[in-house]
Amino acid sequence: MSTKVLLCGVGGQGTILAAHVLAQTAMECGQKVKVSEIHGMAQRGGAVTTDVAFGEAVESMVCDAGAADVVVSFELIEAMRNLPMLKEGGRLIASDEIIKPASVLTGRAPMPADARGWLIERGALLVPAHATAVEAGNAKASNMAMLGALSALLPFEAAAWERIVPDFVPAPTVEANLAAFRAGRAFAAEKVM
Amino acid sequence: MELLSGNEAIAQGAWEAGCIIGAAYPGTPSTETMEAFAAKEGVYAEWCTNEKVALEVALGASAAGARTLVTMKHVGVNVAADPLFTAAYTGVGGGMVVLAADDPGMYSSQNEQDSHYYACAAHVPMLDPADSQEALDMAKAAFELSERFDVPVMLRSTVRISHTRAPVQTGARHEAPQRPYESDPSKWVMMPAFARPRRIAQLERIRALEEWADGSELNEQHGCGGRGIICAGAAYQHVREALPDAAVLKLGVTWPLPAETVRRFAASVDEVYVIEEASTYLTDAVRALGIAVSSTPVPLPRAGELTPALISRAFGAASAPHADAPEGLPARPPALCPGCPHRLVFKELKRLRAIVIGDIGCYTLGALPPLSCMDTCVDMGASVSMAHGFELALGDGERPVVAIIGDSTFAHSGLSSLISTAYNRGSGTICILDNRTTAMTGRQGNPFNGETLQGRPSRELDLEGIVRALGIEAVQVVAPNDMQAVRAALKGATMAADQLDVIIFRSPCVLLSRAKDAPYMVAGCTGCGVCLSLGCPAIGKEEGTGLSYIDAGLCIGCGQCAQYCKFNAIVQAR
Repeated sequence: MSTKVLLCGVGGQGTILAAHVLAQTAMECGQKVKVSEIHGMAQRGGAVTTDVAFGEAVESMVCDAGAADVVVSFELIEAMRNLPMLKEGGRLIASDEIIKPASVLTGRAPMPADARGWLIERGALLVPAHATAVEAGNAKASNMAMLGALSALLPFEAAAWERIVPDFVPAPTVEANLAAFRAGRAFAAEKVM
Repeated sequence: MELLSGNEAIAQGAWEAGCIIGAAYPGTPSTETMEAFAAKEGVYAEWCTNEKVALEVALGASAAGARTLVTMKHVGVNVAADPLFTAAYTGVGGGMVVLAADDPGMYSSQNEQDSHYYACAAHVPMLDPADSQEALDMAKAAFELSERFDVPVMLRSTVRISHTRAPVQTGARHEAPQRPYESDPSKWVMMPAFARPRRIAQLERIRALEEWADGSELNEQHGCGGRGIICAGAAYQHVREALPDAAVLKLGVTWPLPAETVRRFAASVDEVYVIEEASTYLTDAVRALGIAVSSTPVPLPRAGELTPALISRAFGAASAPHADAPEGLPARPPALCPGCPHRLVFKELKRLRAIVIGDIGCYTLGALPPLSCMDTCVDMGASVSMAHGFELALGDGERPVVAIIGDSTFAHSGLSSLISTAYNRGSGTICILDNRTTAMTGRQGNPFNGETLQGRPSRELDLEGIVRALGIEAVQVVAPNDMQAVRAALKGATMAADQLDVIIFRSPCVLLSRAKDAPYMVAGCTGCGVCLSLGCPAIGKEEGTGLSYIDAGLCIGCGQCAQYCKFNAIVQAR
């Protein structure tokens, strides 16, 4: 059986990059791995999901409802939308950030009432990814803060992740991205313990 | 091992096989294949105006002795079908491989047709990789196969093969010396007298291919007895996960069907099932062999992608327990970018109550609310020709008929439609939204921006000059960011009911430069909501007050919204 991680969010948030770092780390740690991305229309501010599966053997690249060991959402509404993907006993971690969809912006649809409360009630770990990234020195590194939080739930050592991260981010931002990763990992490790 | 997408793996396989020339038109999920190929050493690659042209460029290079790769999405095969069917008569010189990337589930397409039917109809062998390693290996094998049997070979992928990264063992390039070219009209001039013997040769080739398919190691049987599943491509991976104990025949060769292999498999199991996505191609082909194909206890969906859970459920398993999402969550469809310079064209067409005949690309997003400004979208170039049809049927109707097409789509096949309308003295208004790129697929070059795939110097084609050369006098170039200019141009063109007007709205895609001006802000909003009707993702409505606000992080300072605010409440933050 493979471990399945579903990463979701809004186009442009860096979910695919985070998925690539996860996949590369898993591979370097001797796992088989598959990453399924959806391109095209899913960009342009639409909802995006990327499925990562790793383990001794990996077959399907697709994650079904009730099949994800971990759901990592980069946004709270997308966390609610993708909660059904989580298996019983799986972990949901979400960036404590809301990006209003167009229908809400233009007043055609209401925001879900109390997204945070709803998610916390269902066991979600909310990560202050944006604030963590800003503190680490680069607001765009919130995807690394989320990846750090995810890393606390997975069996790969911190050093393995930190070897991979620099290959995936622009050279001048490596330190900030690593700092965001470490802070996200520490945050989740403390909450999960 | 490195993690490669199926597309990158196909490019790598073609390169390792000594392929030296690539031709394509971009289309999701195929696009990155030619981009990855173009980045390799010792190859020539180009974007063509459309898939038919790409296939013909590749066929010419193949005839001249070079190994060639041509890539397209599934609907591109429709465009390229004409040369494909006859290339299956001429055969090849150097090996020629055609990638058809299908999109079951329609993540980025207007239909979910199955390219297997093309292979079958054109009598072109088809290979179906089930992961990135197979994509590489089969791309290499396809070149050998193409030269051995003197026929183009199709690779069929789907979005879950093309866009899934998996570990791949890459290898060295095998230089394939270009085959010497010698004129041979009996092979290459497909006039009836020469085509008839080639048709006979094709039938003989099919027999040889059938024999080859049955001996091919690209088909694999796993297990025997009990429940037997026949499948190919991504469906194989879902089947293995959903039914780990079932016997499986994975078909690497899906045309011609390896008949004896399938019969042997059927004889080795108690029941035969065929599992495939959004199609009955394989099921029908297996049944045509006289093999009884069982139906799953619960029918599999006929539309859309398969997943492991759908397959488990088809055999009676319960769904995995899971929580439900709350009801009424706001959907999050894609939208035109903040500051897209072409947004106002849709806003103004809606104001005109025009019948808007749309086309493929970013501009299809104008169909979504709040712009909601599109009556049709069918295929590349259809806006221009369908608008002509609307004009013919409606005559001087109450509502003006306006076609909307992007620059790359116009080069792809809108131009030939416009020639036809001009020739037939059609009327109406054609808007070419020229954003200087092929935006939706990731900003590729095209003839109107003069950018080539490998950065070779070219030139920008003179779009208005081309339109004028068709005898269309009413051609104007308009800055689409200027509301008054857009309104005046559309009003003038649609009032001239008996005239064919072409308006070129020219402004580059905001993703090309990512330049930002100072953002706008709202001060003194009355809550009229006009700015919200533009559908700009940077503009929102405050809950409670109903007043508008602008997200300074998303706003690029285009100023479109300020032009619509009658209360001068939208100002630039200088």
